[in-house]
Amino acid sequence: MSTGGEWLRGEGPHHQIVISSRVRIARNLRDRAFPGWAKKAERMAILDLIKPRVEELSEMQDSFSESLQDLSALEKQVLVERHLISREHAAKSVGSAVVMNRRQTLSIMINEEDHLRMQSIRSGLQLKAAFKLVDKLDSTLEHKLEFAYDQRLGYLTACPTNVGTGMRASAMLHLPGLVLSELINQVIQAVSKIGLAVRGLYGEGTEAMGNLFQISNQTTLGEKEDEIISRLSKVIETIIEKEHDARQVLIQKKSNTLWDQIGRAYGVLTYAHAMTSKEALNLLSIIKLGVDLGAFPEDRRLPIDELFIDTQPAHLQKSSQQKLNAEERDHLRAQIIRERLKVFPKPDISKMARESGNGSAAGPSNDE
Amino acid sequence: MLCDVCKCNDATVFLTQILEGKMQKVNLCDACSKEKGVQDPTGFALADLLLGIGAAEEIEKGAPTQKCPVCGFTQADFKKTGRLGCSACYVTFAEGLNTLLKAMHKGTEHVGKLPQRAHRVMELSDRMRTLTKSLEKAVADENYETAASLRDQIKQLEHQLANSP
Repeated sequence: MSTGGEWLRGEGPHHQIVISSRVRIARNLRDRAFPGWAKKAERMAILDLIKPRVEELSEMQDSFSESLQDLSALEKQVLVERHLISREHAAKSVGSAVVMNRRQTLSIMINEEDHLRMQSIRSGLQLKAAFKLVDKLDSTLEHKLEFAYDQRLGYLTACPTNVGTGMRASAMLHLPGLVLSELINQVIQAVSKIGLAVRGLYGEGTEAMGNLFQISNQTTLGEKEDEIISRLSKVIETIIEKEHDARQVLIQKKSNTLWDQIGRAYGVLTYAHAMTSKEALNLLSIIKLGVDLGAFPEDRRLPIDELFIDTQPAHLQKSSQQKLNAEERDHLRAQIIRERLKVFPKPDISKMARESGNGSAAGPSNDE
Repeated sequence: MLCDVCKCNDATVFLTQILEGKMQKVNLCDACSKEKGVQDPTGFALADLLLGIGAAEEIEKGAPTQKCPVCGFTQADFKKTGRLGCSACYVTFAEGLNTLLKAMHKGTEHVGKLPQRAHRVMELSDRMRTLTKSLEKAVADENYETAASLRDQIKQLEHQLANSP
């Protein structure tokens, strides 16, 4: 658990813009009270029933399996920052558990809102592959546990918004081009109109920071799993195209603003001595855009991507091995960023101009 | 404009929703919107959100004492949390839920993955229906030999259904 998940280092399709793809499915035991309604003793009985079945899965050999009451607040927060458990699950204690594989590509929450929430994370746009992994877990588990299922309504879940497939597929997109060109609200509105949800970094009710947006399906009943996924993937591909287009327009028409943004982000990150996580995310996002556009060498991509996670509050405290107050965190964050950026060359605008000339930096969608 | 709930304070929160082509508007003052949980989306009763303020109460009035026989959950609990008590609640509260699910989702019937167990149970129940019909016919035709054999088959199938994992 000392390092981040494999998906962070991945090179999945469209990985410049799509940070990760996640699919989770919710399952419950038949006629047993859902976790939110079950008394403590029943939650524990359900946990005892489910956990051994999950741990014996072949995918979960050599896994990290922990009851929530045995994790410190800081450890839970680290898992939230890595998207391995939900914020809701982090608030749980006795009677809840998390089981995840070593590579941190699969995580199974027991007694979150539902008895079982199985999640798979992949780098880049790989929703189909992510679904296949959790689907397989589900098919194995259904022989050992009796899941609540209704012929008409499908899989039954604690919240009626998940009934049917119990599946939520989502992708985390990095969209600085659309934000800088002030087109993002248009995109969000269009996406919301077709039954998909756009959310901030940590899901429901969270703010968009670092130009990061999560897009997911909102409905789960009346559509097959693969239909939901292909509909979502198509929308995401369109957004990727729009992001590439926006970047091209910025390079061609607003290059001064763009270079100014990148230069300022570089300057502040290199010399600041105090920085909130929000400011860090927003500035790192601009540097990441700079890497995409060729202003920084390609081998600088990974250190930047890692900083996105390592500068989050719990990761900072974990690395310093002590609890820090907000002010101390801001200092430590700035210090870590300064150190890592020491080996970073200054932004090279000439390279950027050349990249924009042949359009290769922005991928396949900017031929027009 | 006055608040629709307390009818004394000025409304500051305006909700509009379109349900099956009908537009509904609700205007609330600060205090009432807080009380209804409008400013805290997680605490906002789903039935209220989707069916209009007061809809959840409407469902409740129809069956004030309705309680899930499996887990003891009530309509009032659903209104409070927006979550159900157990899988059997979907049967207990089917009437109110159907309207809700219709407004919430793309369709009203699951068309996705089928658990293998459900698949097997479905096959067995199909066979059971056929056998029962044949038995009725055999008895009507006074074909007792066939009827006896059919009855044995049904017994065996009942046993299989009861023991299906």
